[in-house]
Amino acid sequence: MKTFPIGGIHPPENKLTSGIPIEYLPLPLSVSIPVSQHIGVPATVIVNKGDYVKTGQVIAEGQGFVTSNVHSSVSGKINKIDSVIDSTGYKQTAVFIDVEGDEWIDTIDRSPEIITEIKLSSEEIIKRCLESGIVGLGGATFPSHVKLTIPAGKRCDILIVNGVECEPYLTSDHRLMLERGEEILIGVSILMKALNVNSAIIGIENNKEDAVEHLTKLSSDFEGITVSPLKVKYPQGAEKQLIKALIDREVPSGHLPIDVNTVVHNVGTAFAVYEAIQKNKPLFERVVTITGKSVKKPGNFFVRTGTPVINLIEAAGGMPEDTGKIVSGGPLMGKSLYSADVPVVKGTSGIILFPRQDSERMEVKPCIRCAKCVAACALNLEPFLLMTLSEKGFFERAEKERITDCMECGSCSYICPSGRPLLDYIRLGKSTVIKMARQRVVKQ
Amino acid sequence: MSNLLTVSPSPHTHGKETTRKLMLGVVIALLPALFASIFYFGYAAIIVTVTSVTSCILFEYLIQKLIFKKPLTINDGSALVTGMLLAFNLPSNLPVFIIVIGSFVSIAIAKMTFGGLGNNPFNPALVGRVFMLISFPVQMTSWPVPGGFGTGYTDAVTGATPLAIVKEGLKNGESISQLISQIPTPAQMFLGNTGGSMGEIAAIALLIGFIYLLVKKIITWHIPVSVIGSLALFTTILWLVNPEKNAGPMFHILAGGVLLGAIFMATDYVTSPMNPKAMIIYGCGIGILTVIIRVWGAYPEGVSFAILIMNAFVPLMNAYIKPKRFGEEVING
Repeated sequence: MKTFPIGGIHPPENKLTSGIPIEYLPLPLSVSIPVSQHIGVPATVIVNKGDYVKTGQVIAEGQGFVTSNVHSSVSGKINKIDSVIDSTGYKQTAVFIDVEGDEWIDTIDRSPEIITEIKLSSEEIIKRCLESGIVGLGGATFPSHVKLTIPAGKRCDILIVNGVECEPYLTSDHRLMLERGEEILIGVSILMKALNVNSAIIGIENNKEDAVEHLTKLSSDFEGITVSPLKVKYPQGAEKQLIKALIDREVPSGHLPIDVNTVVHNVGTAFAVYEAIQKNKPLFERVVTITGKSVKKPGNFFVRTGTPVINLIEAAGGMPEDTGKIVSGGPLMGKSLYSADVPVVKGTSGIILFPRQDSERMEVKPCIRCAKCVAACALNLEPFLLMTLSEKGFFERAEKERITDCMECGSCSYICPSGRPLLDYIRLGKSTVIKMARQRVVKQ
Repeated sequence: MSNLLTVSPSPHTHGKETTRKLMLGVVIALLPALFASIFYFGYAAIIVTVTSVTSCILFEYLIQKLIFKKPLTINDGSALVTGMLLAFNLPSNLPVFIIVIGSFVSIAIAKMTFGGLGNNPFNPALVGRVFMLISFPVQMTSWPVPGGFGTGYTDAVTGATPLAIVKEGLKNGESISQLISQIPTPAQMFLGNTGGSMGEIAAIALLIGFIYLLVKKIITWHIPVSVIGSLALFTTILWLVNPEKNAGPMFHILAGGVLLGAIFMATDYVTSPMNPKAMIIYGCGIGILTVIIRVWGAYPEGVSFAILIMNAFVPLMNAYIKPKRFGEEVING
């Protein structure tokens, strides 16, 4: 069975919610919708305090190319436009709406019927993705229309669809593949049409056998789409690792997948694309896994963006007594939240509540040079060295050792028997090196 | 919310592997060889091991407490491993005071002067062993003959090791075919029924330990396989050139400390390289140097020296031999 060749780790899967069907989370009393839920320029608010907005209405417009629209996820009156601390810990502008009923904009097709025929042209699909605020739902939230627009001089011959979900605990993509398989495959066909390619591979780790089987069966009705099971290994969901595993192409350091003639989209994104193109429904809700070892009723929910995380926790039986850490995303790459009032955004794939004893880090011991970090690094970097160079301030050397290649998957810190904060120092070094490189450009 | 939340950067989970667990894994892997040496050399093996282990731990404790005045590190298990490995490199009839001196050199000089665990350039157990070999050459080269559990301690019957027999014999103009009757058969050496250091004699016990280390992912195959492979290749060439003057590869692998060195000493985390490419070069260096010392050197055995010499090259190898990074090559098309 296929997998990527270098490094990787096998953390315990802990997929507690893989058998629990997706439910709709009841609407909250109020939402706070951040204007920047994507990579790129934050959207500009186009509504005012006191305005009444409908579900699906644009409330902030993207400016420029790498940006995205933001839509209201509820209907109701705008209470205020104020700053909010989001899941990344930064302050940003958000639109606060008091929920009144649930009145959707009438362009959205709310019928349960599945529409197979793709009427829009490639350009229209890309335009609709931009208008509908579609971003990568795997967690990176890169605006999808940008990825679908192939730069001049480049070409794409295959679409890769990421159904790997290699992070422990998370099951939102898994459930979506089981419950919305057909929609995902239509979404993949739409993406293929937008990219003008004839083939697509959906990569799924084989700890989700049911999803592999289900999509394989459905894919016989779709031309050019194949499903490929992958051996379980973290970080297989990383773009470059997935491309290597599925089609054996190696994205050169500092380049993008399009440089090896491919584009990667997440299965969740494919579903959002289906809804945007076939149902005219902008992206304002997504599947979020709420889980944790002490959580009473872990589950998977369709959650409207802007919903406070606490609502999701309450739906899962309330905050366990022993909660010591709330993580948004997976345990390896997720962000720990400072409060449960943070809003769910487009990139929130899951919320994990860790008991107190699992929340604290190990005591830091001296490096015993066991080289386990080197063996675990999927990019064949030397984490122990990058940490030391960053710690001592040798940033030029760190740059030569390719510190900026690090994708911050956390495998090195996970594996280190001395509990050393490898990734923390690598992040520090990486951001310093990037700053240095920018200054060089400015000087020239 | 009544309780405070921990906010920290990712990752939020850890593999639960600890230095202590790894060290205890090495100790478990050493147990078959310990049992073998008790089986062949009797209670003397227990005396030597216990002396070495206790004095290593004690010296680390004293230095950490009285000189460094820092939290104790003896719990990490590294002094225990050093103690066991040192004992395994000694004859089973070595007097206690020499073992204590050797332990002091291992821990105080080879390890703690450099800052303790993780900082020493040379394998502590081997530094101790070589110090003893040079300072107490007589005691360090009188090898008890295996005699079962009842074998005495310092009054054990001694004899030459297979390597010494061959070295002496060749020097006196004898040929390998004449010497073959004096050395143990490969089967005897495989099971450990031969003279030598306590831990090195039983190939089978060491190989069981090797499998355990590999299964538990404590070490990778790179260093042991390249040490043994390069040694086998080099000795095969010499043997093919002149089978009367050079012993075959089987003899060289099973006699002396090659297996103990390749599996347990050369793979010491702190003093070995940190990426597979460098590990293989390091391993081949040890294999080749061992043969050079054995065949052309003054000592019959060269594993310890070979490892220490290659230890010295490790920082250089870490600096210049780099793994091939993902996405390093330039793509075409």
